[in-house]
Formats: sequence, structure tokens, C-alpha cells
Amino acid sequence: MPRSILAVDDSTSMRQMVAFTLKGAGYEVEEAADGQQALNIAKTRSFDLVLSDVNMPVMDGIELIRQLRALPAYKFTPILMLTTEAGTEKKMEGKNAGATGWIVKPFNPDQLLNTVKRVLG
Amino acid sequence: MSIDLSQFKQTFLEESDEGLDVLESGLLALDSGTADDEVIHAVFRAAHSIKGGAGTFSLTEIASFTHVMETLLDEMRDGRRAISKEAINVLLNSVDVLRELLDAARDDVSPEMGRVNEVQAKLEAVLNAGNDQATEAQQDAESEQKEPESDGWVIKFHPHEHMLRTGNDTVRMFKELAALGDLENQVDLSGLPEFEHMDPELSYLSWTVHLKNNEQQGPIDKAVIEEIFEWVEDDCDLTIEPLISQADDTSTSERLDSPQAAETQTAADNVTPITVESDSQTVLSKEPAAGVQPPSRTQQSVGAQQKPASRKKKVTETGSIRVGTDKIDSLINMVGELVITQSMLSQMGEDFSMEKIEDLREGLAQLERNTRELQESVMRIRMLPISFSFQRFPRLVHDLSQKMNKKIELKMLGEQTELDKTVMEKIGDPLVHLVRNSLDHGIEDPQTRLAAGKSETGTITLNAYHQGGFIIIEISDDGAGLPRDKLLNKAIEKGLVTEQDNLPDEKIYDLIFHPGFSTADQVSDISGRGVGMDVVRKNIKELGGNVDVSTEEGKGTTFTIRLPLTLAILDGQLVKVGNETYIIPLVSIIESLEIETDNINTIAGTTEVYKMRDEYIPLVRLYEVFDVQPGTHRLQDCLLVVVEGDGGKAGILVDDLLSQQQVVIKSLETNYKRIQGVSGATILGDGTVALILDMSGLLTLAREIQPAQNYNNQTYANG
Repeated sequence: MPRSILAVDDSTSMRQMVAFTLKGAGYEVEEAADGQQALNIAKTRSFDLVLSDVNMPVMDGIELIRQLRALPAYKFTPILMLTTEAGTEKKMEGKNAGATGWIVKPFNPDQLLNTVKRVLG
Repeated sequence: MSIDLSQFKQTFLEESDEGLDVLESGLLALDSGTADDEVIHAVFRAAHSIKGGAGTFSLTEIASFTHVMETLLDEMRDGRRAISKEAINVLLNSVDVLRELLDAARDDVSPEMGRVNEVQAKLEAVLNAGNDQATEAQQDAESEQKEPESDGWVIKFHPHEHMLRTGNDTVRMFKELAALGDLENQVDLSGLPEFEHMDPELSYLSWTVHLKNNEQQGPIDKAVIEEIFEWVEDDCDLTIEPLISQADDTSTSERLDSPQAAETQTAADNVTPITVESDSQTVLSKEPAAGVQPPSRTQQSVGAQQKPASRKKKVTETGSIRVGTDKIDSLINMVGELVITQSMLSQMGEDFSMEKIEDLREGLAQLERNTRELQESVMRIRMLPISFSFQRFPRLVHDLSQKMNKKIELKMLGEQTELDKTVMEKIGDPLVHLVRNSLDHGIEDPQTRLAAGKSETGTITLNAYHQGGFIIIEISDDGAGLPRDKLLNKAIEKGLVTEQDNLPDEKIYDLIFHPGFSTADQVSDISGRGVGMDVVRKNIKELGGNVDVSTEEGKGTTFTIRLPLTLAILDGQLVKVGNETYIIPLVSIIESLEIETDNINTIAGTTEVYKMRDEYIPLVRLYEVFDVQPGTHRLQDCLLVVVEGDGGKAGILVDDLLSQQQVVIKSLETNYKRIQGVSGATILGDGTVALILDMSGLLTLAREIQPAQNYNNQTYANG
């Protein structure tokens, strides 16, 4: 069974890039365009990893992490924020909400894969 | 692994265009004070996304430029900085720069950096006004570096109780450490509570890790270790110190293979903490964990990744169009029906007999219906909502009203009204000119308005709607209106009219479209020096449309543009001259009438004119202009089509009026060559070719040849 990843980003190009990269490495990927969409998907099934952008319309990444952590199935699931280096405060906010860690934007496909491999082993 | 990122670049550019629109309209809303909290967030997000994507897709200029914008917007969003007019203006300038940068990226050319740097400097100036601390933090970070040479590192790691709740896994970190060198691990159980007090979701252990350099991998960089603990640095107590002596190398702890330990630990983290305590009293030793790549390899592939990004030149797409799927669906539907009709007819053809004539007629009627619907559907594909053209105006009005210290509100109506793409592109400039004109000459400054008993804020309204086969665009303002007497005096002064002419009001107002006419007391750089309104009218006429002005002094002015919905099809009046059929665009025709020979006069012995009511209009004999044989020389048998061209009205002499119909315009230029007085050709139902007349060109042509042929004209005059 391939490991499954939920990729959340409101930017289509970023989402495409992330999904394409991860699928190419053999992961199963589902995409969501904002926190609310992601949460809805997350409630219907489980994932081995969640990758989420922080700044998104409807529901932002921080709130998504908070809500996911409140779900029993996502208590310990690794959740990585996709964030920019300027977002130190955001990182802290994310950590407090329960984020596992972050991938600093901009990242290239190799950096993404390396981090994902680090987390998923 | 190398992934060609350019495949996502197009998507990125498209979404950035949308982002720019969000930025621009958001900033304008912020400026006018009509924005709520969500607007600044949306604006920030747009800049943020562009920056993120630009960095990812190696568009460094865009990334570094948007970074500054983003920082500024971030402060505004958090309320750390007031949303000032100055900042908004610089941000709006930045949007323009960003647009240029994105265009450059689209065309794969290097951007013009002069303006970019200039605006970036302005942004930074706004940003730095008020905070200077930012740079200090950077210097602090820089000063902290360089550790002495050592044999390795001693890492003391004490996770806080709740660390596991962030989904971080200690085993992962140990695995990553183990991949760097030789690892020895001591666990400290002292924090462990009594069994009954244990919470399975908390972490109670702490570790002392000895990480030694080994020969294959060389010295370990402290930064690499820090990176491993990066995500948990606030969730643990962590010290990383150089390992100097090799004295207590072999410690008291026992060894265990890491995979095994990892398994138990993972299980423990997730479910049963009881086993953690008993089993993880162990040491993780060196074992390059599968799946974790050493950092050196990462760097290599990063380098390799950068090359493909700069290769491959992409051809810029020209003239593409975004079509709603509903339009395509309806098109496919039509084609489906056409195919059914066609197969029905061809089946009928196989065993046709006269009894089936009624069916055939019905089939043909259906074919005609299908064809017409298909044609309409195809035409609709080229149609875009006029909002594409309107969307630049909020910004224009904002910038110009600020420049002129006027308060102006822009209203836009009928933005969804659809118009042919080509017409849309060509109407852009005339519209801008008219809006600028309203801003500059129409709306008065606040003081004048107040003095005149009007509200301080002027209103400019753009309205678009369909009327018959035309689209009407109105640009109206509630400004001062056109000064009738001033216009008239100026026209007299310029010799365009005489005082005796006794022009009706609308004629006077129409003078503004006359070449070389400007009423502004002071020439401004907004609407210029009277080069303009004549060009506006000329451009609109070239599109087969017209523009008129109506005004009331003190109340305002309205420009009404009338345009054909498409340039590919024209509503035409077919006229007959001898054996030839010509088409006069319906939009140019004012009226048609039978000729009273008494009304024909000749001015100065050269120009024939026709007295129509109290007006004299020049007469154009089409057969002379095109040198064809007329059906009759008896003027009583002829008809006069009164048209309006560039230089005013004229009467065109034709043998007969035929039907009015829509004709498909075929370019004469691409198929033959340009001919003065003819704008194109079309193929009529019977297969013959008919020329479509271009009124302005025709009238000019007629003026040129008339004097030469004047002598001959006399012989026909009363014939």
C-alpha cells in the first residue's frame, strides 16, 4: 500500500507541483484547495501525512491543523506546513496548533521529497 | 530525480494574473475605504502566493520583488502599520511592475530592471519608515557561527511532555542522526512517573547522544544536527556541544540494532508507553537508515535541478481566447444536430421520389436552422464580457483623480454585456480617452462642485448594453457639461463655422469631434491638446460604429458609442448600380429618398450638392467613382442614399435599393489588395461577389475625382 498524503494549497500551480512530485515518487496524493476542503476530506479517510499551505482563503492552514489535531485519527499524524522563511511567527503559531514541522517555501521537488521521506521513513 | 518545473509555470502565470487583479481591486477598495477585513487578507494572500510560486519556479526577480510587497502588506494586515494613501500608491505601482515582470517571464525574456528597482526602492522606503529593528536581527543571526574542530557532538535532548502531540517522532530524529556518523545513545529514565500516573500521550524520557565523526562521512556540521531538531526546538531542551575527548567512549549502556529499536519506539509512541520505558533503555547505534538521504546528496541534486529551469525558450501564445465550457457544449450540440440533419438528407437522396418533396423541403429548412444556430454559436465564442475592457478603469480613475485633486466615484453597469474580442481590443483606447476626458474636462474640482450646489464627489458612469445588433457603451459624468457658447466662439474663431450658420445645439456639441478642437483653458497632460476626440471618432468609425455626445450645461455629459457586435458580420443595405451590387453598412445610412431634380445644385462649378430640407449635402455618383455602366442616367429613376461618413453627410446616387441582410465580411486586403472606398467584400446567396463600401474612404475618393469629371456631370444633371 503506498503511503497517502493530503496536499493542501490554494495555489493551483503549487498544488500541481507538489502532487506531481509526490505521485512520481510513488505516494498516493489527494489535493485540497483550502483548509475547509482538506478537513472535509480528512474526515472521510486517513492519511499518513498532511502537507498544508498556511495562507489560504476560507480556512487557513493554522486552523486546519488545530481542527485536524482535534480529530482522534489525526492526533499523531505528521502535519507539515508549507511556509515562507518570513513566517517565523506563523511557524510558532502552527507549532502551537500542533504542526509537526514545516517546509520552507520556495522549495524544489527534491527538497520536498527529502523532507517527506524524512517524516514517512 | 529531476522534474521539469516549467510545466507548472504556465499555471503559475495564469494564477498570478488573477492574483494581480485581486491585488489591484483590493488595494483600490482599501484606498476608498470600502474594504472590510477580508480584503486586506485577500490582498496579502495574493502577494504571498505569487512570491511563493515565483520562488518555486525560479523566477527570482519576481520572488524578491514580491517579498518586499508581502512584508509591507503583512504589517498592514496585522495592524502594525496604518493603511496610508502613500503606501497604497506605491503598492499599486508595484502591481504594475509585477505585471511587467510576469509578462517578461511569460515571454522568457529578461525584465527591464530599471523601473523594478526604482519601485522596489520606494517600497523599501515606505517599509523602513517606522521600523529599523529588522536589520539588527539579521546581524545577530550572522554573528552566531563557526564552531571549533571536534571529533563529533554531544547532544542532550530532553523533549517536553507534549512534544509527541505535534506528530514529531523521536525515533525519526535518532535515525537521521545515525545517518550522519557513529551514534551512541543513553536514555535517562529519571523523569518517568509511576505507572498509574503515566499518560500514554506524553513524553517522559530524555537522551544524551554521542555522535562521532566517522571516516566515510567526515566531520559533521552542527547546522545539520540543528536542522534535524529544527521542528522541535521549542518543544524540548536541547544542547549540542562539541565532543572533544574520546575517554568514556564505551559507556555502560548496551547496544541494540536501530531498526528494531525504531519499531518498538514507533509502536510505543502511538499506543503503549509502558513498553517504551522497558525497551528503550537502549542505545541506537550507527545504522544508515534506509530512505534517509545524507545531506551531501541533496545538495548535488539541487544543483542539477537548476539547469533545466533556464533552458527551453517558450513561444509566446498570441491571440488565445478563454471560452466558457457552456459555449463549447452548445457548439458541440449544434454540430451534433447538423450531422443528424445531414444524414437524414443524404438518406433521402439515395431513394428520392417526388412524394418526398415535402420532407426534403422540411429537411432543408432544418439544415438552414442548424446552420444559422451554428453560426451564432461560433460567433458567440469570440464574444467576451466587456468587463475585460472595463476592469482597467477603477485604477485609472483612482490614479487620475488623485493627480487632479478631484473626488470621483466610478460606476460600472452592464459589465457582463458581451462583445467581439477584436472590437473589444480596439475600443480600449478610445474608451480610455473618453474616460480621461470626463475626468479632466467633465468633473469639476470639489470647490466648484460645492459652489454649484452639487455633492463634492463627482460620478462617472460606464454603461454597456445591447440594442439591436449593436452594443451601446455610454460614458457619462455629472460634471459641468459642454459650454455651448465657448464651443461656438472657438469654432467661429477657427473658421470652422460662421456666425450666420445658426447651428442647432447638437451640431455645436458635435464640433468637439472636429480635428484640432480643444476647450480646456489649460492644456493638461491628462487629455492633451485637442488631438483626441477626432481620433476617437475615427477609430470608432473604423470599427463600423459611431460616437455621439449629448450634454447639458451644469448637469453633465454623456458620450454614446454604438458598435457592431462583431467585425466578422455586418448589417448591410444592398444597392444596385447597373449590373453591380454594392453593400452600404446600415450603420452609416441616415435615410434614403427619391430625387427631386430641382434640388440639385452645383457649387463653384465643381461640386454637385443636393438640397435636403435646409441642408446641402454633396452628391456622389457611385457609377462614376467606380467607373461602371449605370442602369439609367435619368436622375428621377435613381435613389439617393444619405450616409454619414468621416467628413459629414453625403448623398450616394444608386439605381435601386435591394434587400437588407447580414453579410460575412471577407478581407479584400488579404485576398487581393486594399482599395480606397471599399472596406471588404462578401459573397451573396447567388454566389456573386459584392463589395462593401467604406463611407469615409468613398467620400474622400469622390472629392478627388469630382472636379475632373465635373464637365461630364453637367450633361447628366438634368438628363
